[in-house]
Amino acid sequence: MGSLLQVIFDAAALGSLYALAALGIALIFGVMRLVNFAHGDVIAFSVFALLWPSVDAVAVVFAGNLPWFLLIPFVLAIGAGLSVLSEIVVFRRFRRANPATMMIASFALGFVIRYFLLMLFSSRPKSISLLPALSQPVEIMGARIPLLQLITITVTIAVLLGLIAFLRRTRFGLEMRAAAENFTMARMLGVRANRVIMGAFALSGALAAAIALILGSQTGTANIMMGANVMLMAFIATVIGGMGSLAGAVLAGFLLGAVATVMQVILPPDARAFRDAFVYGAVILVLIFRPQGLLSARGTKERV
Amino acid sequence: MSQLHADKVSVAFAGLRALSEVDLTVSPGQIVGLIGPNGAGKTTLVNVLTGFQAPTEGAVRLDGQPLSNLKPHELRRRGIARTFQGGRLFRDLPVIDNLEVTGVGLGQSRAAAIAEATAMLEWVGIAPLGDRIAGTLPYTDERRVAIGRALMGKPSFVLLDEPAAGMSAQEAAELADLIRRIAGEMGCGVLLIEHNVGLVLDLCHHIVVLDSGAVIETGGPAAIRASERVRHAYMGTAADSHLPVLEVSA
Repeated sequence: MGSLLQVIFDAAALGSLYALAALGIALIFGVMRLVNFAHGDVIAFSVFALLWPSVDAVAVVFAGNLPWFLLIPFVLAIGAGLSVLSEIVVFRRFRRANPATMMIASFALGFVIRYFLLMLFSSRPKSISLLPALSQPVEIMGARIPLLQLITITVTIAVLLGLIAFLRRTRFGLEMRAAAENFTMARMLGVRANRVIMGAFALSGALAAAIALILGSQTGTANIMMGANVMLMAFIATVIGGMGSLAGAVLAGFLLGAVATVMQVILPPDARAFRDAFVYGAVILVLIFRPQGLLSARGTKERV
Repeated sequence: MSQLHADKVSVAFAGLRALSEVDLTVSPGQIVGLIGPNGAGKTTLVNVLTGFQAPTEGAVRLDGQPLSNLKPHELRRRGIARTFQGGRLFRDLPVIDNLEVTGVGLGQSRAAAIAEATAMLEWVGIAPLGDRIAGTLPYTDERRVAIGRALMGKPSFVLLDEPAAGMSAQEAAELADLIRRIAGEMGCGVLLIEHNVGLVLDLCHHIVVLDSGAVIETGGPAAIRASERVRHAYMGTAADSHLPVLEVSA
């Protein structure tokens, strides 16, 4: 019983991480058909924003010493700010470019951010102690669940509910839903396109920063490559969720987390090192049977 | 007296003339029909009047003032609204949100947009459909949503691009009632582009006939019915299924 519960929490926590990241990608894809591959580097940047530039192995803490109620908004603001900046400086120029061009621009931007971090911090992973109180385990029905896992799951659910309320209940959310479905028509009706797109980037960046906080606390290291794996999984989640479908991205994110966790348990020990190959194999299977994704967004097929 | 006026509008696409020196005026409360064979330039004219297409020569005037280089949403804010062939709703959004986002786009507060959207659905006769996802609606209801969306913010002019396409006689008659109310009750000037010539002759105060980008006839329904040139234009496209409609009503 205890170990089953452990697996369920592991799956939900990993899935939460993927879902948050996939949501960040789907939000931007929804309003401007951009697959933002720089998303993973925004995650890494948000963690490094807590440190002073140095190439030493030991991190020189800067904002990381702030109390949590200042530290969390600080990191979220960094993620949102960098993301909005990337829209203003880079992506705005590609508004009329085709999606492939925008995607390549996002790869390039990702490399710029990553090598900027490399320059300031070197490629050596640094150990950091981010919100150390969260690594304590909590005993639930015989299973020892890290407090961080519980918080990750709770935060993800809260973010999802908050986002649903935001999209349904606010004027900005309404404009964003309309723009995500048919950007041209929304613009013709007077929806303020630049504001909606900046809002999507800000939200997406804040989600990246939330992942940065979770990953940083979980692993206790800051690594310039730390966003890459999450980004790849999140991208896959948005594809199998149906590009542009927010619900699909979240669903697929949780599904990927569950599949990865279950594989970790049921695969023979010798094969566990190749877990991700099995996960990607499962993804290929899903796409063979549902090439349009689990929940396909209509907007990807017809644009006016 | 406010008027929407196409003043000697010409449009050329890569040297090909789509419209040449077209004159057309719509006044408040008036229903003007725009007919003509396929490819006559009807939709191009609507695009020019709503800012989707810049005229190569000539101008669009509102109350005599030229509206040059204004974007569609700027013209929309000045009271020139339109519908599109095939509706073009936000298909994944509920019906009410389709209207609401238009209100918000026009600068209304969310609360004001909700209030007007609710009243508008009632007015066009689809109040119970507010929460339905727009993409799941039958064809005729979809058209009403599109018209409701165009009427948000009480525009002075509304341009309806083939609203009756594919409708049965009964459905077209219901649509005609709605269009009469738009002109009569709202005092809105209506430009009706239709293939259903019978509907246009029935409904419009004034009719403009386009053929190959030029106005070949204007006048009231009786004059259009009697016109040799109109008959000839439609005969020119003998395969056109709309010919019998004209003959029956003539």
